[in-house]
Amino acid sequence: MIIEIGHFSLILALALAITQTCISIIGVKINDLRLIQLATPAAVLQFSLVLISYLALTHAYITADFTVENVVRNSHSSKPLIYRISGVWGNHEGSMLLWLLILTGFTAAVAVIGKKLSSNMKTTVLAMQSSIAIAFLSFIILTSNPFIRVLSAPPDGLGLNPVLQDPALALHPPLLYMGYVGFSVAFSFAVAALLLKRSDAAWARWVRPWTLLSWVFLTLGISIGSWWAYYELGWGGWWFWDPVENASFMPWLIGTALLHSALVMEKREALKVWTILLAILTFSLSLLGTFLVRSGVLSSVHSFAVDPERGVFILLIMLTFTGGSLVLFAVRSHSINDKGVFTAISREGSLILNNVLLAASCGAILVGTLYPLAYEIVSGGGKISVGAPYFDLVFGMLMVPLLMLLPFGQLLAWKRGDFVAAAYRLAPAGVIALAVILTVYMSSQHSLWLAPIGVGLGIWVMTGTTQELFAHIIRSKTTLHCTFRRLVNLRRSVCGTTLAHFGVGLTVVGVVVTSTYRVEHVSVMEIGDRMQAAGYDIVFEKTQEQEGPNYTSVVGHFPVYKAGVKIATLKPSKRSYVVSSKKTTEAGIHAAWYGDFYAVLGDVQKTGGFVVRVYFNPLVRLIWIGALLMSIGGLVSLSGGRINTGTPRLKKSDKLVSV
Amino acid sequence: MTRKLQRAWLLIGGITVLVVATILVMVALRGSVVYFYAPSDLKAGLLTDGQRFRLGGLVASGSVVRGDKEFISFDLTDHLKSVRVYYNGILPDLFREGQGVIAEGVLTRAGRFDADTILAKHDENYMPPEVAESLKKKNINQ
Repeated sequence: MIIEIGHFSLILALALAITQTCISIIGVKINDLRLIQLATPAAVLQFSLVLISYLALTHAYITADFTVENVVRNSHSSKPLIYRISGVWGNHEGSMLLWLLILTGFTAAVAVIGKKLSSNMKTTVLAMQSSIAIAFLSFIILTSNPFIRVLSAPPDGLGLNPVLQDPALALHPPLLYMGYVGFSVAFSFAVAALLLKRSDAAWARWVRPWTLLSWVFLTLGISIGSWWAYYELGWGGWWFWDPVENASFMPWLIGTALLHSALVMEKREALKVWTILLAILTFSLSLLGTFLVRSGVLSSVHSFAVDPERGVFILLIMLTFTGGSLVLFAVRSHSINDKGVFTAISREGSLILNNVLLAASCGAILVGTLYPLAYEIVSGGGKISVGAPYFDLVFGMLMVPLLMLLPFGQLLAWKRGDFVAAAYRLAPAGVIALAVILTVYMSSQHSLWLAPIGVGLGIWVMTGTTQELFAHIIRSKTTLHCTFRRLVNLRRSVCGTTLAHFGVGLTVVGVVVTSTYRVEHVSVMEIGDRMQAAGYDIVFEKTQEQEGPNYTSVVGHFPVYKAGVKIATLKPSKRSYVVSSKKTTEAGIHAAWYGDFYAVLGDVQKTGGFVVRVYFNPLVRLIWIGALLMSIGGLVSLSGGRINTGTPRLKKSDKLVSV
Repeated sequence: MTRKLQRAWLLIGGITVLVVATILVMVALRGSVVYFYAPSDLKAGLLTDGQRFRLGGLVASGSVVRGDKEFISFDLTDHLKSVRVYYNGILPDLFREGQGVIAEGVLTRAGRFDADTILAKHDENYMPPEVAESLKKKNINQ
């Protein structure tokens, strides 16, 4: 019964979405206030209907209702509760429902929070959001309905893929979707701005918090995904330039560009056309990502269930929204007038360069990701893949100027900046970075300059962005109390920016160090065998059988010694899941501050030994700590309220936005 | 600074980055494209010496040998032809006999395929298609 309620309310939501879109458009067209004002309650109601539907499915998962096909395929009665809840989005149908839930959630949030938006703007934005909802509601109901019943209920389900039974992966999809889908708000605002021919600083003030919020979620989602791949897949790597990974990284890059250009639009009423284009592109790339992941047109290591019919449907959705909005952009963009005038060397100039470089790197990733597809079509079925070296080279090269210029940006004034003065102020950071480059170069056995320069760049960004802050709060002859007060009184947006940029530097250092200086050893080991890696002794002590809630595992014990002193015991294991008779490898990881010891237990060989792979990944955790700092920076900036403070009389509603 | 000059600056900067990026993309693409073949595609003269490629097919049942000099070797087949794959490492969790995998590596002078990467999919719906078929049939019949 509950399932039918869920199913019914999903269909009701579709009907409501269609009605809302039509009424809103007509309302704005004939300027009828009663019709216009219907949009807000309609958006909230739409969200409630989808929520009921989502909860109904969750209920089926928790109670293990095996009369529902989706539950049969993806769940099992022996599964722990948390994975029953996360199992809802561990499959195609459920994850699309989550996508929709988040979309309508964002729409409802705009409806409730945006009280001071002009009613035409708000209604148009809500109508756009609800037209996206129409597309995805039809998609779910027509091709991916999770509420279909099986006529004869089997005694038990088929279980969730064991690789997905993991806390990080339970969090990864919702966060990623909140990022992806959140960008729809910026998209809808962009389309509304074009339709109503209204784009000004106030518009940017409205768009920026939503973009920032989505960006924070996307950053967290991507880094949790990468963290999961690192410890769960057992390949010792954290990023593979796989199409599915690129699909999430491209909207992140353009979204980052959008954050920065919206800033210029808000402060200086310049770059309007470009900002609106970026808002359209960011969400289009999110749709492209959804298409690439769900259609399986590109072969990926993270392949998902693939169905060509669904792929075509999402492709149509993507073409409609991207194509439609770009046509509208082409027709209307000339009516947008920039106001602010500035010189090349200025805050605006540096933000433009940031945008160009981010857009170029996103373009390069797009080319590399879609090239196999283009080749297949042109060559008549020939299959190729573009390897990681392509992405490393192109992306790395484009990041170098971006990182070099990053600390300058904040020091240049709006309109007209003084490059020489900024360089003078950044001299200490430059000296530190150079010293680091030399130290790293001297102390490593490699005679390569590339890695030391990479580390130096990371340090340059870290010191360059924070030294200003320190200079401000720690002046000579001040008490600790005074320093603290200065720190507390700093503008939140300044703190947020500094934190996020510091995080970028940290991630860069982590990426460069771990990619260059990692150590990897594979060998067949029997119990009692000893292996040497990176100056450490690793002994295969014993194996042990262990029981989990729905699996059994063989755990290997590998104590690690440094000069005879035991520093850790790595416990990699192989799990066998009872229901699916599937096996997973769980890496044994010991995290020291200077890096991770990482061991994977492989197959048993003829001789009775195990294949054992051991990695030492120096400073690898900085990658995720950096990403976390970026997200925290974004949140701090959001919490400031200043970001969306418009004219004084807008203050009350703006407080609400910053929640 | 006039609007025109500002626009000129923007244009020059944008075009420079675009040109540099395009050149980078072209150079890098040439070096890192990996071709994909099925076992029956492999013919003499198809590959240049030491060229990396991907080989995709099913792991032939009963062909997996562990711990015979190399850690693992198995036959990769597309039912027309099969190729022996040698691999020094830990197989992905989803590697099973009869399962589709992709092996990336090089053909040695002696004509042996040495893989350094084996990819198997971590599908969320790992039910084999046959089982899916039978589930569907069951639905229709009743």
